[in-house]
Amino acid sequence: MSVDHTAVRRIAHLARIAVSEAEVPHLQGEINAILAFVAELDAVDVEGVEPMTSVIPMKLPMREDIVTDGEIEPLILANAPLSEDGFFLVPKVVE
Amino acid sequence: MSDETHSRLIKGATADWEVVVGLEVHAQVTSRAKLFSGASTAFGGEPNTHVSLVDAAMPGMLPVINRECVAQAVRTGLGLKAKINLRSSFDRKNYFYPDLPQGYQISQYKSPIVGEGEIQVDLTPDHSIRVGIERLHLEQDAGKSLHDQSATMSFVDLNRSGVGLMEIVSKPDMRSADEAKAYVGKLRTIMRYIGSCDGDMEKGSLRADVNVSVRLPGAPLGTRCEIKNVNSIRFIGQAIDAEARRQIAILEDGGAIVQETRLFDPSRGETRSMRSKEEAHDYRYFPDPDLLPLELDEEFVAALATELPELPDAKKARFMADYGLNAYDSAILVADKETANYFEAAARFEGVARDAKAVANWIMGDISAFANAHGVGVAEAGLGAGALAALVDLISEGTISGKIAKDVLAMLLGPDKGADPRELVKARGLNQVSDAGAIERAVDAVIAANAAKAEQAKAKPGMLGWFVGQVMKSTGGKANPQAVSDALKAKLGLL
Amino acid sequence: MTDLTALTLAEARDALKSRTLSSVELTEAHLSAIERAPGLNAFVAVTADHAMERARASDARLASGEAGPLEGLPIGVKDLYATRGVHTQACSHILDGFKPPYESTVTANLWRDGAVMLGKLNMDEFAMGSSNETSYYGPVASPWLPPNWSAERARAALGGDKRGLLTPGGSSGGSASAVAAKLCLAATASDTGGSIRQPAAFTGTVGIKPTYGRCSRYGMVAFASSLDQAGPIARTVRDAAIMLRTMAGADPKDSTCADSPVPDYEAAVGRSARGLTIGVPREYRMDGMSGEIEALWTRGAEWLRAAGARIVDVSLPHTRYALPAYYIVAPAEASSNLARYDGVRYGLREPGADITDLYENTRAKGFGAEVRRRLMIGTYVLSAGYYDAYYVRAQKIRTLIKRDFEAVFAAGVDAILTPATPSAAFGIGEKGSADPVEMYLNDVFTVTVNMAGLPGLAAPAGLSAEGLPLALQLIGRPFDEETLFTLGEAIEQSAGRMRLPDPWWA
Repeated sequence: MSVDHTAVRRIAHLARIAVSEAEVPHLQGEINAILAFVAELDAVDVEGVEPMTSVIPMKLPMREDIVTDGEIEPLILANAPLSEDGFFLVPKVVE
Repeated sequence: MSDETHSRLIKGATADWEVVVGLEVHAQVTSRAKLFSGASTAFGGEPNTHVSLVDAAMPGMLPVINRECVAQAVRTGLGLKAKINLRSSFDRKNYFYPDLPQGYQISQYKSPIVGEGEIQVDLTPDHSIRVGIERLHLEQDAGKSLHDQSATMSFVDLNRSGVGLMEIVSKPDMRSADEAKAYVGKLRTIMRYIGSCDGDMEKGSLRADVNVSVRLPGAPLGTRCEIKNVNSIRFIGQAIDAEARRQIAILEDGGAIVQETRLFDPSRGETRSMRSKEEAHDYRYFPDPDLLPLELDEEFVAALATELPELPDAKKARFMADYGLNAYDSAILVADKETANYFEAAARFEGVARDAKAVANWIMGDISAFANAHGVGVAEAGLGAGALAALVDLISEGTISGKIAKDVLAMLLGPDKGADPRELVKARGLNQVSDAGAIERAVDAVIAANAAKAEQAKAKPGMLGWFVGQVMKSTGGKANPQAVSDALKAKLGLL
Repeated sequence: MTDLTALTLAEARDALKSRTLSSVELTEAHLSAIERAPGLNAFVAVTADHAMERARASDARLASGEAGPLEGLPIGVKDLYATRGVHTQACSHILDGFKPPYESTVTANLWRDGAVMLGKLNMDEFAMGSSNETSYYGPVASPWLPPNWSAERARAALGGDKRGLLTPGGSSGGSASAVAAKLCLAATASDTGGSIRQPAAFTGTVGIKPTYGRCSRYGMVAFASSLDQAGPIARTVRDAAIMLRTMAGADPKDSTCADSPVPDYEAAVGRSARGLTIGVPREYRMDGMSGEIEALWTRGAEWLRAAGARIVDVSLPHTRYALPAYYIVAPAEASSNLARYDGVRYGLREPGADITDLYENTRAKGFGAEVRRRLMIGTYVLSAGYYDAYYVRAQKIRTLIKRDFEAVFAAGVDAILTPATPSAAFGIGEKGSADPVEMYLNDVFTVTVNMAGLPGLAAPAGLSAEGLPLALQLIGRPFDEETLFTLGEAIEQSAGRMRLPDPWWA
């Protein structure tokens, strides 16, 4: 399988990475090189094989229902590029 | 086609249409801490104060699941008579939005914790339908963006981000707005009984995505549209009606329904398409590699099952069987667990059984009216179960009349809150007069004062009521009305 | 002064304990060494004041007999570990200015045991790379001179674009270079497809990626969650064992971290290899493998036989599929893990007309070319219509790879011996510009281990004909790092301690 121009644009948008028109062919080439590389996996017989869900056999640990966190608003906002009155600010989102 | 089905159809311009409704209800899990972090789930609070580093999706942060949220999902599943999946797993739903700090929501896509179930929905006390449950799964709630604080910027608060949600997906079994509303109401009641969700739609604890399609009866399912985030039962009904009308109009015009996501605008009473994005969301679901599959053992589930309170359907059946109440009264009493408990406490106060119907009537009538006016539940109105029991006893003993009892109730809910009803009656001299001699004297006095009318009464028996009223007035309402009536009948020669 | 940096971690520890040396002296010596090596570009942030403060505190504890296992020992920390109040950017522009208000569990363990942080180490951006050439801060130079280069020529290149100088490998290039150049006694590193073992191999140092779940990932900038693992790079097997003992351990903040006790790894160093069975997998003998590497591998097996181990041929039939499967699974997980770098709550923010614009501009500006490549692949293989064909299939193949190992271990093999890399270190600028896959092939021997979640250790085993370090890899049973340290020591003893290069860069 390989990707075309439209696919590259679609993937870039899904990934929210701006890609200029000029960059598309190069990216297309890179992605197709990788897809060609992984193509040999198609030959493997995976009939009846379960996909790996956890690399080591372990039970999912659960935590107690106690409030142990929060009330750290200054730390939460400490690295914010733009904030005001305790909120993160972003360009207006219209729904 | 049955009359019932026929009556649910919507009359279009050219045909009668059937509306098919499925609901995805998002219920906030009642827990102290969030689903995957230790921050508080408390509503309100200054922005970004109920936010941990995990909720803010700082680099290197990892989710750890809250056992209570898992338990609440299992309890709810049991309440829905659903299959509990001992093995379930978590998937990431990937998309970009400012109130979704991780850039993905941790949800359950492939293997939810709860499978198929059903609930019985009472449309009328005698008529119920069964609505199937497809599944229930756990997922993270998102934060909140405020768009009205500034002209150019949106303000993001992550307090709600990461709070546990149960998403309950129904089968498309509903055929009208009323059925959908009743379904949500019943679901809400069940969860409030279990304590897994407070069902406070105003606070956003319960929201619904409503799937609506229409078809001619007997035809295959039509294309559906999803109306997102409807946050009141009333709006759910309105949205369904509005959307059904919209779809019918399109189809009758020869058009086709575009499958899309819509929003309900209550001010306009119509649905509108959500601002379209260039592509439908491709959520790229895949198993969350930071979380292993969730494996519950039978003991865990069994322990939760034994702790489950009596649920509304069972309680209703028991009220009908044990207290002889009818379906209508039982349904009203069990709609709220606290009210039902209050009823039972009063009906069997101190181990003595009393007239359950009378207790029920007081609750459904005067006490409910007072409670509603004050925005509290019946059990919080201010009249203890013991006091209600005493009130009912006082009437059945003949100590006071029903009318006097209403006055006593008003005192107990108002200036005399907390008083002992028997003491109060005694103190205010409200005891009903049943002494035959006293009644006879009162009756004689009224007849004597109204001799002409008394003569006419022989020919017009309906005047008895007027005479009873006069005697009651002259005794300050305290005479036993039945005894007065009997004495008057005798003295007026109406027997 | 340079004498002090010639000590191994174990030797320094013992000297501090016996009070023949102070942490202040030791730390100063290393800070000076760092100051004399700016061209190597191993460090992206040096915390000199903090280090001296910690050194003084350690000296006090050493004096009062309250010393921890790593008391007073100067360590370097890979830039992807969250270190409270200190530069933590995974060497990416998108985390510009980020100073976390929290500490990773692994580094917290180090400070708990008394270690002294010298600073943060350079790495491939978001751990994506095998040569440390994708870092926002520029490439790292290996302290090993390229064959036939004079010191002057090397110094000149150091001051320029570094082309031709050797890469230390990646992604933990800064860690490996710093340890090999003796700028720190040991370093924390991380390994997703070989990022500890390959740089260790390239620089003549020892690196171990423990079993998945041995160390906590809390506070480590995530690349691929089911593959990432923390581990040390050090100069000797003993040093690595000492480091891992502190780094490892249970952590309730990481759901994938094993709750099992950490053995005293140092005690396994020097244990006899007698009675151990070593598997040599035929599938690792790849087409075009250099004779040199093959000979090293054979020699390694001989050493272990001489040390009392039994050598057997084994088969890991799905070996060749590990690398392509890795380049589906890892980018897929990364595409999701890196979604949080969006300019909203921390790091770089580029202006945008609306929120989508802000995201797209920020991420385009903030991510380098390799990261962008992998995010695109990752997004693609998870997208509708491709998920089953790519991601699910790769995860099934992963199950097959793990089963291969399980079968071999079940048959009585204690550890598997393979080469660590297909070649010795190559030059900066030499690979990957035309074809991204060329760079990926560096991981061919190491990636299988991450896919199976097993522990893997790279130990220096000799020099190439051109005088560059070559290493062997040992792959162990889950949570049996002890056997790896035992066998690693046997190799180290047989090969002789690797003589690290003298400073030509100062």
